Amino acid sequence: MITYLYAVGRDLERVPDVGSGGVGGGALRLVGEAGLQAVVSDVDREAFEDLDAHREDLAWLASVARAHHGVVEAVGRAHAVAPLALATVYLDDDRVRAVLRESHEAFTAVLDRVDGRDEWGVKAYVRPGAARAAAGERPSSGAAYLRARRDALRAGDAAVADAEREAEAVDAAVSALAVESRRHPPQDRSLTGRTEQMVLNGAYLVDRSAAAEVRALVEERSRTGSIDLELTGPWAPYSFAGGAA
Amino acid sequence: MNEPVRWTGSMPPTQGRQGGQGGQGGQAARAPGGTDLADILERVLDKGIVIAGDIQINLLDIELLTIKLRLVVASVDKAKEMGIDWWERDPTLSSGRGELEEENERLRERVAALEQAQVRRPARRRTKTERTPEPEEER
Repeated sequence: MITYLYAVGRDLERVPDVGSGGVGGGALRLVGEAGLQAVVSDVDREAFEDLDAHREDLAWLASVARAHHGVVEAVGRAHAVAPLALATVYLDDDRVRAVLRESHEAFTAVLDRVDGRDEWGVKAYVRPGAARAAAGERPSSGAAYLRARRDALRAGDAAVADAEREAEAVDAAVSALAVESRRHPPQDRSLTGRTEQMVLNGAYLVDRSAAAEVRALVEERSRTGSIDLELTGPWAPYSFAGGAA
Repeated sequence: MNEPVRWTGSMPPTQGRQGGQGGQGGQAARAPGGTDLADILERVLDKGIVIAGDIQINLLDIELLTIKLRLVVASVDKAKEMGIDWWERDPTLSSGRGELEEENERLRERVAALEQAQVRRPARRRTKTERTPEPEEER
């Protein structure tokens, strides 16, 4: 067995309450060192040792991702939490203690930054139909078809450009309410499962006291604007933990 | 702390917050099943503190991985009884699942494109043991 590290906190007194446990149903434990606590569980060494073989076992990987997320969220509900990236594993608890010692400053900096704050996600999409407005009735000839097609593409481009401009404004407005913000790459259509193009994929670190304002702002922009907005959260502050920046 | 929320602009959740007690009014429910898996993966795979573990983890391109996972999840959620590899079997087994098939077709196309791109461009991250742990860089 090896030690899977989910998250680090500094005022954790007991393991988070996660009904289903950690990865593979393993029991969660706290490993404390230097005023920090790591939330860990034992996992099968084989499974993680050769992820090249395992990474195509997608159902397994999805379950690991959900378990990881479940633990991080549970910790974050009541405490400042520094989430680790998926599948950070150590040979034993002593190695985890060493990491807590060695990276004490970095963990503390993250915990300071996220304390009392949550991550919120705002996505913006081109509104359905915005690009299709130009598509008229059935073309009478091949040339007419090509013309209509060209017009539709142009209208589509213009709709996307308009949506991007509006999304910039939404991002700026939400950022103004947030302590920090990050722009993630817009997700591909095949990922969102929506036919409309995503034009904003923002993450915002928001004081808990300002969360209602963010919600109200996104609702208001959504009602009055001409792009579709999606708000998700509160998330543990994954995007603000100084990960793969 | 706030109730988890996921809503889209076409369904303003205004009423949802007034009832308290998880009163999402049916308009702002967290997306069911695997719909939010893409969001979760985007965060747990690519964000969070990246620090060298003792065992090298070398995951696929994240977008590629996420789409592949979505294929599995869509299938698990909607066609559990057929097993997670149902789409690879005789297509007659999956008749009558037009919408899902269409989505999966789209996903498979995207996977193929990404895999081709990967041949030209080597895996881009998460070779953990080869990376200086970020916290140490900050010292």
